[in-house]
Amino acid sequence: MDILSYTAVELAKAIKEGKTTAVEAMQAVLDRIEEKEQTINAYVTVDREKALKKAAAVQQKIEAGELAGPLAGVPVAIKDNMCTEGMLTTCSSKILNNFIPTFSAEAVLNLEKAGAVLIGKTNMDEFAMGSTTETSAYGVTRNPRNTEHVPGGSSGGSAAAVAAEECFFALGSDTGGSIRQPASFCGVVGMKPTYGTVSRYGLIAYGSSLDQIGPLTKDVTDCATVLEILASHDSKDSTSVERQDTDFTSALKRDVKGMRIGIPRDYFGEGLDPEVKDAVLSAAKVLKEQGAIVEEFDLSLVEYAIPTYYTIAAAEASSNLERFDGIKYGYRTQEFAGLHNMYKKTRSEGFGAEVKRRIMLGSFVLSSGYYDAYYLKALRVKALIKKAFNDAFAKYDVILGPVAPTTAPRLGKSLSDPIKMYLGDIYTISVNLAGLPGISIPCGTDSKGLPIGLQLIGDCFCEKKLIQTAYTFEQSRKGE
Amino acid sequence: MAKQYETVIGLEVHVELATKTKIFCGCSTAFGGAPNTHTCPVCTGMPGTLPVLNKQVLEYAVAVGLATNCEITRYCKFDRKNYFYPDNPQNYQISQLYLPICRNGHVDIETKDGVKAIGIHEIHMEEDAGKLIHDEWEDVSLVDFNRSGVPLIEIVSEPDMRSAEEVIAYLEKLRMTIQYLGVSDCKLNEGSMRADVNLSVREVGATEFGIRTEMKNLNSFRSIAHAIENERERQIDLLEAGQKVIQETRRWDENKEYSYAMRSKEDAQDYRYFPDPDLVPVQITDEFLEEIRAKQPEFRPEKMQRYKEEYDIPDYDIDIITGSKHMADLFEATVAICNQPKKVSNWLMGETLRLLKEKDMDPEDIRFSPDHLAGLINLTEQKVINSTVAKEVFEEIFETDIDPEQYVEEKGLKTVNDEGALRKTVEEVIAANPQSVEDYRNGKEKAIGFLVGQTMKAMKGKADPASVNKLLKELL
Repeated sequence: MDILSYTAVELAKAIKEGKTTAVEAMQAVLDRIEEKEQTINAYVTVDREKALKKAAAVQQKIEAGELAGPLAGVPVAIKDNMCTEGMLTTCSSKILNNFIPTFSAEAVLNLEKAGAVLIGKTNMDEFAMGSTTETSAYGVTRNPRNTEHVPGGSSGGSAAAVAAEECFFALGSDTGGSIRQPASFCGVVGMKPTYGTVSRYGLIAYGSSLDQIGPLTKDVTDCATVLEILASHDSKDSTSVERQDTDFTSALKRDVKGMRIGIPRDYFGEGLDPEVKDAVLSAAKVLKEQGAIVEEFDLSLVEYAIPTYYTIAAAEASSNLERFDGIKYGYRTQEFAGLHNMYKKTRSEGFGAEVKRRIMLGSFVLSSGYYDAYYLKALRVKALIKKAFNDAFAKYDVILGPVAPTTAPRLGKSLSDPIKMYLGDIYTISVNLAGLPGISIPCGTDSKGLPIGLQLIGDCFCEKKLIQTAYTFEQSRKGE
Repeated sequence: MAKQYETVIGLEVHVELATKTKIFCGCSTAFGGAPNTHTCPVCTGMPGTLPVLNKQVLEYAVAVGLATNCEITRYCKFDRKNYFYPDNPQNYQISQLYLPICRNGHVDIETKDGVKAIGIHEIHMEEDAGKLIHDEWEDVSLVDFNRSGVPLIEIVSEPDMRSAEEVIAYLEKLRMTIQYLGVSDCKLNEGSMRADVNLSVREVGATEFGIRTEMKNLNSFRSIAHAIENERERQIDLLEAGQKVIQETRRWDENKEYSYAMRSKEDAQDYRYFPDPDLVPVQITDEFLEEIRAKQPEFRPEKMQRYKEEYDIPDYDIDIITGSKHMADLFEATVAICNQPKKVSNWLMGETLRLLKEKDMDPEDIRFSPDHLAGLINLTEQKVINSTVAKEVFEEIFETDIDPEQYVEEKGLKTVNDEGALRKTVEEVIAANPQSVEDYRNGKEKAIGFLVGQTMKAMKGKADPASVNKLLKELL
């Protein structure tokens, strides 16, 4: 069997059994990167030497019996908005073109403790703002399933790297769908956990109250396994939650008997591609055949999710991105006259158009006289959206729907119409607004062969129900 | 007839809290480290870092709120104040706007006109900024983030003060209250207490407030008093000339005794305040509040009353001693050891104050221990050393907190009680100073003082002057 076709869990097992080594696996990945990157461009940074050295060190520990976890020796790719000590971290922005952090994100440390080996940093929409990975300052990433199409975003590099077998799994971050949507477009599994499950320490913030780190993997087993290692209480993150129920792999059971699944009618209206609709509804049918109780319901408030999200996320982003000023680190303009001119030129030259658009939007909604009308109102709508989900979860264990209205668009077709691009987030963003967990799993392809994703949404802290449902679906489709 | 004006003053007072670590990270708050040595990724605003509230800051802020009769906000939040400046590493300051920790308090001040309550609008917690150092020679600016993230509280008064005297009394009251809580040393000259003065004038009897200005850079009580007088006159002159006061921030220059406009309301920044999403709202429980309430110390007025009842020392001494929490603590601890309140008070009021003045120090800077002062008092009580030697030993205690018993022993400073040796010296002095002996015998009582002095000198100060005096009289 080709080593690259292993899942992360299979690879760790093979290494443990001595069938292969962490170094062989890393070498295979690096060869694959060499072969694919010219077209895919999933990575911003690959540190070959360090990766091989680290793999050798991990292999020694595995052989010495010091590392025995389910990810020991497995090469991993990290989205470039997570700090990695001693390794360039750019957020795919020019403004951080020379930024090398002095510490690693807590999520990265958790993986390293488990023996996963860092390959490099994956491309993304600049500061995670975008749905196509086309706003990166370091070139677009192409969808490995069809290189004329985008991989989705903002974790497009991570999703593409998993789909192209340029890594065994990857980390992404999800503020409004940035893990689930590229997972859907690239035909891999992606999960956004409950807000507070994975530490945000070391994640360069976009929308602090919405951001969560999560896995992008080849299958549901890998997803549960990686999430189990990522989840931890971190005293460095005030929003980190202390959870006792993070044994996510215990939910890898093929059983949905009696599972109550709700399908929001509001998710299947105008704008949804018929091919996507069919694939998602037939997935629901599969689950029903497996014993789940599936019914339709009205979620309500869906049309308010996008304006609410873009108000809150942009407001937080406008403040979070203030620290990139050319003073302490990162890009600084060459010539300037005085402090304010330096700020203006550095930020004008260092940020791309989409980032500037959101900074302006966010600054506006927070400005004196507009704060109540926009930002405060958005917070109130956010609370109402959360309530609508609470009502739904009183009746259902899992909400089922599409991840995105369409499959991956062609390269270059999205950025010219930002409103249309924003509308593409309609099914994913309310999950972030309500702090809920959501998973995207492949459920078919369209007539062009582009992957379609199925989204399962759970109540806060109910990842296990999602994993169990997703696993059951995945197993039922095997051999199709 | 000339119009009569009333001055209306409100204060914004920043107090640096004496926590060991910063408000949102574990870095030291110690003063005076080499630049950027008390820093970490959090307080230098590195990407990806997050703030975590230091609980001690909350305790201190609540303690000040309780001591100033405030309502404590049981569900409070931190907000971001957004503005670009290089001393502010994130380009936003974490502060409190919408739900500050304390509101609606007051303190009573006493002036020659009697007791008056000054309202406290709110107290909020926030982080300090770093410091810019401008190198004129190289034409560059450098930034030191050691102060970045040092916890502050801002105490915002109501516009209840009407004179510089009331302002000073209010500041003294705050300083005393906060020092007694042990929450800050409140030194204006070192910046651990900073006051901005909001001032307007209006005709006596008017119900509307006039247009106010905000005065910054006031580093002493003296400059505050000067700035208030100056600004009052400036505003009255404007009004009398038919002009308007402009709402603006002004900077006081104490050397020139003059203020100049920094920025007007028109170019005031929009700080785009919003709740910091990185920090969770703070919920104050009943238990927490009771815990802080139970820890409230005896404040100055109660302490003064108790001293009057317990110790036989003058009111003047009580006023001075309780004027510094540190000195009052030292006084009580020393009295507890030696049980000599009058003697302890004398050492504090006399030599201690003299040395503080001489060395330009604050009572808070006293470093000697009560054990050593009590030990010194015991040595003098037991006549082991005389008062001249005692003063000398005290200077050593004040300077380096030496153990007086050990010091007296080592330096051989004990009073010579050997009758034979003393008699021999006195006889020698009498023999060597026939003129003074003659004078004394002719009725010049003062002459004996000279002979005592000579004897003490010959004994290198180690004799008991009373014994010398007695012996001289006997031998003459």
